[in-house]
Amino acid sequence: MRAIRAGDNRFTFRFSGKEMHTKGVLKEFERILGKENVFSEETDLHAYSYDAAVLEPVTPALVLRPVTCEALGEAVRVCGENRLPLTVRGAGTNLSGGVLPKKGGVVILTNALNEIVEINEQDLYAVVQPGVVTAKFASLVESKGLFYPPDPGSQAVSTLGGNVAENAGGLRGLRYGVTRDYVMGLEFFDAGGALVKTGARTVKCVTGYNLGGLLVGSEGTLGVFSRITLKLIPMPAAKKAMMAVFSDIRQASETVSAIIADKIVPVTLEFMDNFTIRAVEDFSGAGLPVDAAALLLIEVDGHPAQVEEEAARVEQICRKMGVMRIQAARDAAERDKVWEARRAALSALSRVRPTTVLEDATVPRSNIPAMVAAIGEIGKKYDLLIGTFGHAGDGNLHPTILSDRRDAQAWSRVEKAIDAIFEKALELGGTLSGEHGIGAAKSKYLENEIGRPSILYSRRIKAALDPENILNPGKIIGG
Amino acid sequence: MYDMKRLADLVKSLEDSLAVCMRCGMCQAVCPLFAETGREADVARGKLALLDGLIKEMFKDPEGVRERLSRCLLCGSCAANCPSGVKVLDIFFDARVILTGYMGLNPVKRAVFRGMLAHPEFFDRLLHSASTIQKLFLVPSDDFSGLSCARFSLPGLERHVKALAPVSFRKSPGRHTPGNASGPAVAFFVGCMVDKIYPDTGHAVLKALRYNQANVLMPEEQGCCGIPALASGDLETFEKLVRYNLERFDPAGFDFLVTACATCTSTIKKLWPRFFGGREKARLDELAEKTMDISQFLVDQTGLIPAASSATGHKEPLTYHDPCHLKKSLGIAAQPRRLLSANPAYDLREMNEADRCCGCGGSFNLQYYPVSAAIGRRKCDAIIESGCSTVATSCPACMLQISDMLSQAGKRIQVKHAVEIYAESIRFRD
Repeated sequence: MRAIRAGDNRFTFRFSGKEMHTKGVLKEFERILGKENVFSEETDLHAYSYDAAVLEPVTPALVLRPVTCEALGEAVRVCGENRLPLTVRGAGTNLSGGVLPKKGGVVILTNALNEIVEINEQDLYAVVQPGVVTAKFASLVESKGLFYPPDPGSQAVSTLGGNVAENAGGLRGLRYGVTRDYVMGLEFFDAGGALVKTGARTVKCVTGYNLGGLLVGSEGTLGVFSRITLKLIPMPAAKKAMMAVFSDIRQASETVSAIIADKIVPVTLEFMDNFTIRAVEDFSGAGLPVDAAALLLIEVDGHPAQVEEEAARVEQICRKMGVMRIQAARDAAERDKVWEARRAALSALSRVRPTTVLEDATVPRSNIPAMVAAIGEIGKKYDLLIGTFGHAGDGNLHPTILSDRRDAQAWSRVEKAIDAIFEKALELGGTLSGEHGIGAAKSKYLENEIGRPSILYSRRIKAALDPENILNPGKIIGG
Repeated sequence: MYDMKRLADLVKSLEDSLAVCMRCGMCQAVCPLFAETGREADVARGKLALLDGLIKEMFKDPEGVRERLSRCLLCGSCAANCPSGVKVLDIFFDARVILTGYMGLNPVKRAVFRGMLAHPEFFDRLLHSASTIQKLFLVPSDDFSGLSCARFSLPGLERHVKALAPVSFRKSPGRHTPGNASGPAVAFFVGCMVDKIYPDTGHAVLKALRYNQANVLMPEEQGCCGIPALASGDLETFEKLVRYNLERFDPAGFDFLVTACATCTSTIKKLWPRFFGGREKARLDELAEKTMDISQFLVDQTGLIPAASSATGHKEPLTYHDPCHLKKSLGIAAQPRRLLSANPAYDLREMNEADRCCGCGGSFNLQYYPVSAAIGRRKCDAIIESGCSTVATSCPACMLQISDMLSQAGKRIQVKHAVEIYAESIRFRD
């Protein structure tokens, strides 16, 4: 079904089987947002039909780009009054189809709402609009000697609103947690366009329900953010990166556990398997050991003396666990080189085949050897190339399946492999998604993890807060 | 009406290249146009999705796709930063050729490209006549930059332009500079903008080549490199120009071909061999191999003979803008800086984001001036913040855009080609 009828400037929104002719609605949006911020041409609409997940595109009927938070609220209100499904989109980098619109629905862009309202150096918080780009924010914060740790892979373009909606993670989760741990307060519009406030600028706040806890990671299904208050912390004075090379995957992952058992919590504890190492080496020629079974990239940070001590202990532990080789970066340039290899992982893998499916099944970290082994078997069983890298310290692996979506036969094997990976992750006491979200891609698996009652409970919450089901319908809990 | 099925079949030839895009969206971080508009159809990912849409027959009218594809600076920032290595520019040029081949060239472009540009001798005469009558329409915009603005105030004519030179470089006295007959044979491809707008840059190239013992060959009749035509998908005019130039620049006759225009260099190196195959492929490959930017030649091939004059106290602060077609397309960034540092009268200071696009984009500037100027103002701000009294670059198109922006901002900052800065320091002993 095509949402737009040619010629008569009339839009047909179809939703829940109902059909609405809404020329008046279009005029209303244009009045609120300005004509230039309402996109309705077929080509513009098509450019908002996808995100970074490998899914079929879904074209919206209308795209709105409010330039003030007031206009955002008004737009949500009009959607609510007309029962128009709406999907909020930041940079569209979601890996689970979270910003795919409902067919015939509205996409609301936040990238014009990009003001950093305040950075408070006394009270260590910042207030931002939802469309602020993560990396720009983090670098401004850093210029003041402060630190905003969540660093999802897409941070150069991702928005803070999107990060909060997805509870984005990153490389520093082990020591510093994820986006959830930095959200102090939220202002958001409910399904009717009323402004709801929760949280505070204070460290402690027990006023009312913890709505922030509900909204963070709700993938745009419970409200539309207009302002976010984020916690900041002091920038650690020193850091040190190391690369440890292992001839055996099990050794590598036992080392991960051993480091943590020794009461050292590195900022980052990244893992790369042999397939990924070889792909990175082919791509960048950085001099990685292509015969290694696995690499661990480890970084510790804090007070300089503590960093030196912890780095020495990490090295000792690695040696005790039988590391082939361990190398500490002596300066910033060497440190960059260590991380260059990790940053290149996805690029390098994605160049191997046309279609790259990046999964993020997560297991308790003690089960990483079992999970890595299982992924290897799954790759063999379905005759697929799978490179695995990821956040070993978090148990959050990124098995990356390389294939060609245009090959129907291969693609059905990919789908089976994804099913198998999820099944295994759950069997090992893990979770479907560490940081990419459930979105549209994984909602069918959710019941396997959390059970029917949890889904029904969640749906009752959704129904109570959004009775017409207009806020990013179909995501997470299906329906 | 257009047969969308047939168009889909044509665009299908790009399918393999399009499939490489994984929609990660990282191009949003570097696209200068997206930074201004925030519109997905302005960034590479969106445009690639539109081409996918054409293949899947998602659209009723190809005009919208063509319009959005043409809204692109072709700066290559996306391609240079693409994690999965999508050959964005190749795809965009191919797509423009396909769409223009299928939908036809718009009448104005047809008249300009096929009626004028494709006939270099006529084009030269035409612009010579224009240079004599331009005074009727232009008045100096300020007494510093040498730029002009429209005599009549009309909406859309706010730009400050560099007028056509009264005598083009290739017709000017002093162009016969053979240099050292025993040195490397260096052909000089002048390019339209150096020839007709910046003859001083052409003279600086000759001076620098001569000083560095090159044996210069400069065919008096030369054509446009063809990029304006190809960027509009006009393969016919492009091929005509490549053929015309190839007849005058036989790669067997010289060791190197230099230009002072980043865009000409990257066009000759990358686009000539790619879009003009057939019997001439081998010669075009050879030509591409021998082609380089003037700074690259002077620094890498001659070792750059330092200027005789020595440092004298005060140094003028100077900053450098990296043209996209030099740095992002060919990876040339160190050589022009070496060239600048060879003049002891200047002190090179980097501006912020030296390699951010200036927003010119050739005909993009003509078609989309307001957004082109908005991108240009960011560049202009970075130049002003650098506190330098001169900005150098390696592309006359960038010079034109930067001059316009600085002049409109009322800033007295000189805009020069890197080779001019170097040539200033050259004193011949004879």
